[in-house]
Amino acid sequence: MASVNRPNKQQNHPLDDLIRTDRIPHIWCPGCGIGTIFVSCLTAIKECVAKEENELDLDNFVMVSGIGCSGRAAGYVKLDSFHTTHGRAIPFATGLKLANNDLNVIVFSGDGDLFAIGGNHFIHAARRNIDITVICVNNLNYGMTGGQVAATTPHNAKTTTTLAGNPESPFSLPLLAYASGATYVARWTMLHTRDLTVSINEALSKKGFSFIEVLSPCPINYGRRNKEKPLETLKLYQEKSIIKNGANPFELDIDMEKGIVLGKFVDIDKPTHSEEYDKLYRNQ
Amino acid sequence: MNNKKTESRVLTGEHFITGDVACAEGALAAGCNFFGGYPITPATEIAEQMAVRLPKVGGTFVQMEDEIAALTSVLGASWAGVKSMTATSGPGFSLMMEAIGLGLCTETPCVIVNVQRTGPSTGLPTQGAQSDMMQARWGSHGDYEIIVLSPSSPQEIFYQTITAFNLSETFRLPVIIMTDEIVGHMSEKVVIPRAETIEIVNRLKPKGRKDRFKLFEPGPNGIALMPAAGDGYKIHVTGLTHDEKGYPVMTVEAQAEMMARLTGKIKNNIDQIIQTEEFLLDDAEIVFISYGVSSRTCLAALEVARSKGIRAGFLRLITIWPFPDDQISALAERVKALITVEINLGQIHREVKRCAGSKAPAYLVGHPGGTVISPERVLEMVEEVL
Repeated sequence: MASVNRPNKQQNHPLDDLIRTDRIPHIWCPGCGIGTIFVSCLTAIKECVAKEENELDLDNFVMVSGIGCSGRAAGYVKLDSFHTTHGRAIPFATGLKLANNDLNVIVFSGDGDLFAIGGNHFIHAARRNIDITVICVNNLNYGMTGGQVAATTPHNAKTTTTLAGNPESPFSLPLLAYASGATYVARWTMLHTRDLTVSINEALSKKGFSFIEVLSPCPINYGRRNKEKPLETLKLYQEKSIIKNGANPFELDIDMEKGIVLGKFVDIDKPTHSEEYDKLYRNQ
Repeated sequence: MNNKKTESRVLTGEHFITGDVACAEGALAAGCNFFGGYPITPATEIAEQMAVRLPKVGGTFVQMEDEIAALTSVLGASWAGVKSMTATSGPGFSLMMEAIGLGLCTETPCVIVNVQRTGPSTGLPTQGAQSDMMQARWGSHGDYEIIVLSPSSPQEIFYQTITAFNLSETFRLPVIIMTDEIVGHMSEKVVIPRAETIEIVNRLKPKGRKDRFKLFEPGPNGIALMPAAGDGYKIHVTGLTHDEKGYPVMTVEAQAEMMARLTGKIKNNIDQIIQTEEFLLDDAEIVFISYGVSSRTCLAALEVARSKGIRAGFLRLITIWPFPDDQISALAERVKALITVEINLGQIHREVKRCAGSKAPAYLVGHPGGTVISPERVLEMVEEVL
């Protein structure tokens, strides 16, 4: 029988070695952006390890998450991974890093987790310049609990706890990170996967506290209450975003009317907590 | 202490130090290498001592932004393979309840010290109490078993801190030391023995094929082996209900299995865990039951009672949780009365009553907190009971 000419069926995903495939399917909803950001993160880790000059060992990469949809990332990554309590990924990561400086610690969590219940930990880890990378998936609401108002929900936006619109104003996450002392601050959307991957790669190689905010659609809980269909959110990301590296951190409010500024805003060098501690207390 | 001396981990010799300092020295002798803390009266001196001593012996001290972060950082450090601890008092202890639950669920060894002051709320910050004893048992949500010790002198704090680390490493859970402002701040002679005479237990690490390793599969002694982050096992650790592999499983069966593992490792090893000290119990008719600083009150009362010909005895609880149910139950069979002495309104008294049942009456000499209980009050109760 003549062989049928059909395209090679790909058996394995190139990131399979970094995924706990026995835990798939994942819990993320159709149209959610977390998976795309997760893939960017894993790709960046792979590229980072592949670069010889980095001399990084994959065994030393650790992912820590809090609670929420994005917090489930730690359950899917095939690294040493820790799914902690709500808001506490950063202090857990701080303990890991300070106890073993060889670890390359990534915090992957959501906006509700990192900036409401965990907000205090974020500003202090940035201030101390703990050498970790924090990736925040910002979907503008509490997705896992069904779409409540968050510290990042735009003013007037509708959620299940602000049915007539959000009376509060959101944090500007890059401004908060900058003001708290982060050495690397960037913002992308899940549509800008190449820029995001490059950025995560830079952040992982960077000494000091690195922070990347990634905007991500939550069509099920946020989109449908705010008359944004899944593709419309992506269209907004495409049409309303302005890439402006080095933009003034004071001008980074998320405003769909004026446009969302993306890019790398901070990339500075200063001694990490461990370096200062070694110098002052260990005579090194 | 001169500089050369403070560079060694075990400060062998005789010292005149506070309970808080003795606690820090005990931790160092036990191999503690990480302290995540937050200042609070009357536990601050433990953090201060660790801040000075830890970096000199290769460890790390960090002052976190609150007690939630303090204990959470301690759990993180423990998973980096390092013996770690924190110390606090009531208000901070309340904040730590969340991370105690995470530590129990993820079977993370660490030591938590509560130098008790009065409550509720801010209470009397500089004055002692023993009123967090039930919080130590039940404070975090959900069912669990936990190990809690209570020292009555600076010397005992030194040894109990070592014991606490050893128990936490053996049974893989947070172990709590419930001391109080009075013992924490009193200075007494503390003898620190030579390092080689101190028994140290370290968590058992896995060997062999990494891909087949199951993170929470009970090992030879019923306790799972614990690798550190970076060892290459690609472990997953979660506060969700999980199976032996560590993966979340949202079923009734998985919950039952996990709870059996978490509580079984304590319940099945009660003989190895529970410690008490007996004073003149053989012929005793009236028995005092106490712990921590209040056991000093009982010792004084015991002496006076015996000098008057009263057949009194004293059972000192060293381990508070798990509670020595059987021992107190057996005692109740053969004595006329049990008197619990504690600086609270009857927390352990309630447990004693439960164990005594209808076998013997149980009385309380309690105190709302702020100072020690005088031996006279115990003796008055003895007169009343007789």
